[in-house]
Amino acid sequence: MVGEIKVGSVVKQFFQQDGSEVTALSGVELTIHAGEFVSFIGPSGCGKSTLLRLIAGLDAPTEGQIYIDGAAITSPSYERGLVFQNPMLFPWLDIYHNVSFGLKARGVYTEQKEEVDAFIRLVGLEDFYHSYPHQLSGGMAQRASLARALVNHPKVLLLDEPLGALDAFTRMNMQDELLRIWQERQTTMIMVTHDVDEAIYLSDRVVVMTPRPAKIETCIQVELPRPRARSNTDFLRLRSKILEILNFAGKTYEPDYYL
Amino acid sequence: MKSIAESIGNEQTHIQAVEKIKNAGRICHVFLPAISALLAIAVELFIHDSGRHAATKHPYFLYVLAIAVICFGIAAAGSFFCKRLQVWLAESSLFFAVVFLVLNVSNVITKKITLLPVIFFPSLDKILSVLFEDWLFLLTCLGSSGKLLFTGFVCGALVGFITGVAVGFCRSAAYWINPLVRILGPIPATAWIPIVLVSFPTTFSASTFLIALAVWFPTAVMTSSGILNVQNAYFEVSSTLGAGRFYQIFKVGIPAAMPHVFLGLFNGMCASFLTLMTAEMLGVKNGIGWYINWQKDMMAYANVYAGLILIAVTFYMLITLLFRVRDHVLVWQKGVIKW
Ligand SMILES: Nc1ncnc2c1ncn2[C@@H]1O[C@H](COP(=O)(O)OP(=O)(O)OP(=O)(O)O)[C@@H](O)[C@H]1O
Ligand SMILES: [Mg+2]
Repeated sequence: MVGEIKVGSVVKQFFQQDGSEVTALSGVELTIHAGEFVSFIGPSGCGKSTLLRLIAGLDAPTEGQIYIDGAAITSPSYERGLVFQNPMLFPWLDIYHNVSFGLKARGVYTEQKEEVDAFIRLVGLEDFYHSYPHQLSGGMAQRASLARALVNHPKVLLLDEPLGALDAFTRMNMQDELLRIWQERQTTMIMVTHDVDEAIYLSDRVVVMTPRPAKIETCIQVELPRPRARSNTDFLRLRSKILEILNFAGKTYEPDYYL
Repeated sequence: MKSIAESIGNEQTHIQAVEKIKNAGRICHVFLPAISALLAIAVELFIHDSGRHAATKHPYFLYVLAIAVICFGIAAAGSFFCKRLQVWLAESSLFFAVVFLVLNVSNVITKKITLLPVIFFPSLDKILSVLFEDWLFLLTCLGSSGKLLFTGFVCGALVGFITGVAVGFCRSAAYWINPLVRILGPIPATAWIPIVLVSFPTTFSASTFLIALAVWFPTAVMTSSGILNVQNAYFEVSSTLGAGRFYQIFKVGIPAAMPHVFLGLFNGMCASFLTLMTAEMLGVKNGIGWYINWQKDMMAYANVYAGLILIAVTFYMLITLLFRVRDHVLVWQKGVIKW
């Protein structure tokens, strides 16, 4: 099994035009095992998207290094698929061609053509093959972008709030689909979410982050048997525990405002 | 009770009356162009020509009006059976009615009362007679202009597009080409005429070069700015999907820049018309621009107007063609942006 991510004391700073610097990540240290499902949860603006971008290889850390299966990550690769926070579909391609983009870019389209249909059907967009992105709703666009990343069969799937724009019902369906894909393909899943329930329902481990500059506050192992029931007492206990930590994490940030 | 029934009855007759008026209005509206053309025919037939107007071989204006009456009459009648005709007429009947009215007025001014000097403002009959009697020669001129324009436009657009892509994607290309574009670009292509006409072997090649130059600048500038304005996130997405550098250029950068490219081509096309006309009036010894200039020198203003009409129609068709191509390439933009 492949897809182990090792984040080695990573610091990320952004230098702004006026010379000031923003520290988005300050010493994040974490190992994500191959085939693990990990959720990041934390206040808005703390640096979750930044961390995903570093793992994807779109940015380089200011200090530290990230490894996949022991090799340092230096550039983006289709093996680390990224679903962006906003769908970012190519507006000049219809849904079919958006989803098949990765296969064509890698030159394996002719061999794996059926995959495109399979994933479009999986996200329930089979009636919209030839629609352009501006003709889709926000949730449909997000599902299309999920299909676009999945079609490449990445070893690691980085999901930046992929289900945020969906209604509760579709959302639960997609959660189950994600679990199915994860179990079937043994993909390493790294997901950012704001929804504590979603994090517990899906993940092996929930990583709670502190406000900016982000560090890892706690890692909570979720040891509930799958399939999980959302009203289970253990589930609920875990939920209130995480909320408590988040609330506490929020409090450490508050003095900034009062000063 | 009775009065209520009566008032309802009144109401109904009232509604019916309104309906009738509306219907009559619609029928009138549909026949407006034909009526306007008929009016022009009446004016042409019943008002005497001014003495200063020299008669033409045939009453061409009358012919044109007659054809218009027949066509628009049939269209108006057909609109009661054909939905598409009805929609088209509902939208454009007023426009054509006004067009015939304007022609009518200009006919009165130039032919009936000769308000303006006849030499410079010939009657519609005169202009039409040039178009009908001299059409073969006019077409030859148009053909040679077209050849020049086509060659120049295609060369300029191609080179401009390639320049723009190079500037957009390649730092070192941008370093060397950008100053060149900035210095040479704003000089109107026609300003080069004195140099170009002596340094090229034939006037054809010289004019082709001028037109290409005129098209090159806007195309290059708009293409490169289009590429530089593509959201970086699209390149990031494509790189996480496994796209290499060249795939990104051709499948992300260029398609995303296409709206700008067409803006550049449109500007380039307008510039190419301008350059073509100037080049033909100054150096080239054939073509429609040369024809106009030549006829002007001979004080044959009817021919000048005929040439202008031909140019207007041709350029209109070329621009429409460009827009059609754009609409086809940019279907994905439908409903997103309008320009
Ligand atoms: N390109 C950049 N330049 C400067 N600062 C940046 C840049 N990208 C992110 N930041 C800063 O880094 C911090 C973390 O941003 P990030 O997008 O990772 O937050 P996030 O945790 O994903 O928030 P959210 O949950 O709202 O999406 C923010 O304070 C932001 O201002
Ligand atoms: Mg984010």
